[in-house]
Amino acid sequence: MANKAPQIPNIAELMDKIKSGKIFSEIAKEITESQLWTSSFRHGYADTPRNRVLQIASNVWLHLHPVKMHRHALRIKFTWCMGGITFLLFLSTVVTGVILMFYYRPVGEYAYYDMKYLQYDVPFGMLMRNMHRWAAHAMVITVWLHMFRVFLTGSYKPPREFNWVIGVFLVTFTLLLSFTGYLLPWDQLAMWAVTVGTNMARATPFLGNEGPFAEFVGVTPRYDARALLIGGSLVGPPALLRFYVLHCIFIPLIAGALMIVHFWRIRKDGGISGPL
Amino acid sequence: MAEAATPKKKIEEVPEKLHVWPYLVRLEFLCALVVIVALTVWSIVIDAPLEEAANPTKTPNPSKAPWYFLGLQDILVYFDPWFAGVVAPVLIIVGLMLIPYLDVNPKGNGYYTYHERKVAIWVYCFGFLVLWIALIIMGVFLRGPGWNLFMPWQYWDPHKVVALVNVDLPYAFGFRDYTWSAIFGGAVLLAYFGIGTGVYFFMERKAIKSVGFLRMFLKIQLALIMIGIVIKIVLRIGFNIKYIMVTPWISV
Repeated sequence: MANKAPQIPNIAELMDKIKSGKIFSEIAKEITESQLWTSSFRHGYADTPRNRVLQIASNVWLHLHPVKMHRHALRIKFTWCMGGITFLLFLSTVVTGVILMFYYRPVGEYAYYDMKYLQYDVPFGMLMRNMHRWAAHAMVITVWLHMFRVFLTGSYKPPREFNWVIGVFLVTFTLLLSFTGYLLPWDQLAMWAVTVGTNMARATPFLGNEGPFAEFVGVTPRYDARALLIGGSLVGPPALLRFYVLHCIFIPLIAGALMIVHFWRIRKDGGISGPL
Repeated sequence: MAEAATPKKKIEEVPEKLHVWPYLVRLEFLCALVVIVALTVWSIVIDAPLEEAANPTKTPNPSKAPWYFLGLQDILVYFDPWFAGVVAPVLIIVGLMLIPYLDVNPKGNGYYTYHERKVAIWVYCFGFLVLWIALIIMGVFLRGPGWNLFMPWQYWDPHKVVALVNVDLPYAFGFRDYTWSAIFGGAVLLAYFGIGTGVYFFMERKAIKSVGFLRMFLKIQLALIMIGIVIKIVLRIGFNIKYIMVTPWISV
């Protein structure tokens, strides 16, 4: 085998191949039969039923789908696409959010000036910030609409009760993600909106210093449910840091884990709901 | 005629399954393209707001929570913060989670129908569209300084004078003594929930065995709280009633 003489290309034959166009199919064959190619792509690309199945089943990003589905579940009139759009918007906020994290410091002295820097000096900084904020707002709306659709189609009924509960958690975490992110620009809008929001924790029964029955527990303005949330008695730099960590690490991780369960349960509960 | 109709029906009975690749994946791809393009255009055209730097000594009037919480902030007009800001959100979340376990109607599973589950649709639409969405729209556009109501064409006057003529329900009924006021208010609340629950159980007495006592009890309590919020709003706007029950610890 090793002694096999190297092939000397025949110029006339080669010209013939080029002229007839056969050269392309030969090159394609060389590539698609190479070890590099066959190790990366595990099946052919001809449109056969087998390849359609493998396209889903052998692809890590697509295998969350079933390989076959009911025709009715394809209708936009049925699903409104809202669950998928919500997930897509979540991914958009992850991508733009990570980019923003390169330029933003969650410190009282720096945060606001980093926002200005992002907006005026960082290439595409304003666009990234806009996309992050609008995607987050849009996600709140689409997740509500998704929930509305699921209710109207009765898709929470057996066997999907558990997935509905996971979904309610995800709605809550969507709102909390948006709310914790609201503080980060560290401007007047952010500080006072979060002040209004977190002031509610002060009224928690038993655990808030202005809540009912607080006098029996002995909580104070600096030691109650609200102080735990914002790290002090008013929305200051500790609150900024706390919300940053909640926004960038804690809630996305929990929400991400719940999303995995949510998507997996759709499959396990028999796919997208439909008339039985 | 009958023979021709039979095979057609049979074809429909067999659920027709399609390959996800390409039928669903291409739809998802197109949908993603549209959303990303829309998001990009939106982000190029409209800038995210950035006001002046945070200043703890300068409280804006009105101070508004993020828009998606403005429904709850509006409930603050009618209820104390422990209810509007803590108990109500918890009840909303828990109530939503309980829906699949309280709604035992087997019909309408996986398709749009109004006639097979009228009550469920009405309750959800009222809660979502009126108590949540409409209050948000009101909070964003109509609530001005001092959380007063302003029509869109009105100037947001920070010095708008609003007469504070609200009284508590026991006071309106002539109670002037603190203890008797509290007892009267408590009795009204108890009567509301007691009579509401009793009437529901009497009307649905045939269903108790099949639906279950706990399920029906939770269902009617959540419904009564939801209706109670509406009643409280009507009492405040229509009759200037502040609290139903006043005690030193908790007021409703």
